[in-house]
Amino acid sequence: MSLIRVEYLKKEYNGSAEKVAAINDISLDIEQGEFIAVMGPSGSGKSTLLSILGGLNHPTNGKVVVDDIDLYSLSTERLADFRREYLGFVFQSFHLIPYLTVAENVMLPLAVTSYSSANQLGMAMAILEKVNLEKKAKRLPDELSGGEQERVAIARALVNQPPIVLADEPTGNLDTATSQEVMKLFQSLNAEGQTIIMVTHNPENVKYVQRCINLRDGRIEAESYRCPTVEK
Amino acid sequence: MKLQDISLNNLRRRKAKMIFLVLGLVIAVSTVVTLITVSAMMNADIATKLDEFGANILIVPKSDDLSLTYGGMSISGVSFDVRDLDENDARLIRTIKNKDNISIIAPKLLNAAKVQKKDVLVVGVDFDAEVRLKKWWTLVGKKPTEPTDALIGSEAKSKLQLGLYQTFEVNGTAFKVAGVLEPTGSQDDGIIFIHLNEAQKLFGKEKQLSLIELAALCYDCPIEEIVRQTSEKLPGARVMAIRQTIESKMEAMHRFEHFSLGISIVMLFVGALIVFTNMTASVNERTREIGVFRAIGFRQTHIMRIILTEAFVTSFVAGVAGYFVGFGISKIVTPMLAMGGGLAITVNYLLLGFSIALAVVVGLASSIYPAFKASRLDPTVALRAL
Repeated sequence: MSLIRVEYLKKEYNGSAEKVAAINDISLDIEQGEFIAVMGPSGSGKSTLLSILGGLNHPTNGKVVVDDIDLYSLSTERLADFRREYLGFVFQSFHLIPYLTVAENVMLPLAVTSYSSANQLGMAMAILEKVNLEKKAKRLPDELSGGEQERVAIARALVNQPPIVLADEPTGNLDTATSQEVMKLFQSLNAEGQTIIMVTHNPENVKYVQRCINLRDGRIEAESYRCPTVEK
Repeated sequence: MKLQDISLNNLRRRKAKMIFLVLGLVIAVSTVVTLITVSAMMNADIATKLDEFGANILIVPKSDDLSLTYGGMSISGVSFDVRDLDENDARLIRTIKNKDNISIIAPKLLNAAKVQKKDVLVVGVDFDAEVRLKKWWTLVGKKPTEPTDALIGSEAKSKLQLGLYQTFEVNGTAFKVAGVLEPTGSQDDGIIFIHLNEAQKLFGKEKQLSLIELAALCYDCPIEEIVRQTSEKLPGARVMAIRQTIESKMEAMHRFEHFSLGISIVMLFVGALIVFTNMTASVNERTREIGVFRAIGFRQTHIMRIILTEAFVTSFVAGVAGYFVGFGISKIVTPMLAMGGGLAITVNYLLLGFSIALAVVVGLASSIYPAFKASRLDPTVALRAL
């Protein structure tokens, strides 16, 4: 059975004259352990799809079922609990909290769990070790390079061991070398069984993934286990 | 890490804004503390100077039949036939709940007597209490000290043709005029005052009293409250408040209290507005941050807790600081207003607790809407990147 099942998904926004469909009748199955790239030109609906998969954006029609849980039948608060238990988010702009140290940023998802502070720190340090940032645990985000900040964001997404990681343009603000470093990190996580869904513009990134889903005008234009070059 | 750590870290980061927010509340709380302290000192001032206003409570035996005028006041029930008050009644007054508000107890025994073949009112008094009570008395001679010393009113002096140090007899006992009252314009002018003990012996009324005058002030409760408490202790007596002696002073006091209340409400409103605008601005600035919190699984209630914890901490600090600023201002202002009667202003822990509670209530109440707004932020809009 699929880990994520998307059925007849539609998301419309109110345009100036008429409704605009950002997502138009998308159905999709994602298995556990897959590493998927969602691609497409700007305005194709990539980020909207990711936000709907992440339980952040109510669809106009259709449903998203994760591990047999129909996401949008949940209450707002239960949906927050779902995100905490099932999802890890990696944002393009990292979105680290500037007044928290690296370790505290990583511990953030655990702040509303019953883990003791010592346990939280242990979990954060373990994951920071995995992304080679354990020595910078006490630094503030603005004392780190872009690549390091991205790795902190990835550590934060992984600290509560979520089954799914959603990454929105994770290399969008990084140089080529750092981008490759981050993609290799994703690849190694995926090799350990982590399901990763990544929105990307970067054609270089597709070589690390198993499946590519190409969107255009809110629809799946192409879906392939041999990813094509993406239009910029 | 707990939610409060996020709040505290944010406050540490935004020191300038936190100080501005605290200052807004400090101004409000310190104003309230200053006005409360100054009002309390004014009340204490009235209380300490109460004896200057004379008696304001009169205790007489219960009676319906005879009335007698004393001190320009109509006193019903001062009769030779009803059960007089006794000295134990005077002692019982010292046992009422508001006993500390009683400044002077002046017991009296009234009796008509023949002096120099003329009817005259002879009043047995406790001279120490009486002289304290009637600050307006001016004595020629001295205050009676010997048992047979007497003090006579100016009118009695001329009617009885008595002079200073002359003697006269009452019921066969000789008394010496130790002092003469300058005209007072009251009934005291026609009275002979002797020691209470001597009057009781002279008229065969051991331990008995005709009336008791009290100088009392209860500034944190109505004067009627002392009257009620005294009536309970003395069921056989009629206790009356003579309001006019302090009412004008209290009215001025109440006006100041109303003014203080008005100013306090305005200042608290201003403080609340500062907190509200500051917290709303803070929420707007932290939109993305709140979006991250929501995305990683914080509930709406968690967001509210973060914002309200910040409001609580800043309000608490403002409450403590506001109290001590207000305390300092009161120390400067009170002597300038020549109040307090030399009373020292000391740290009032109850007022400190009230200041903290007030600041916290205002701070939290003003932050509820911004916190609610923050918790309801749409995470996708908040993050924008998604």
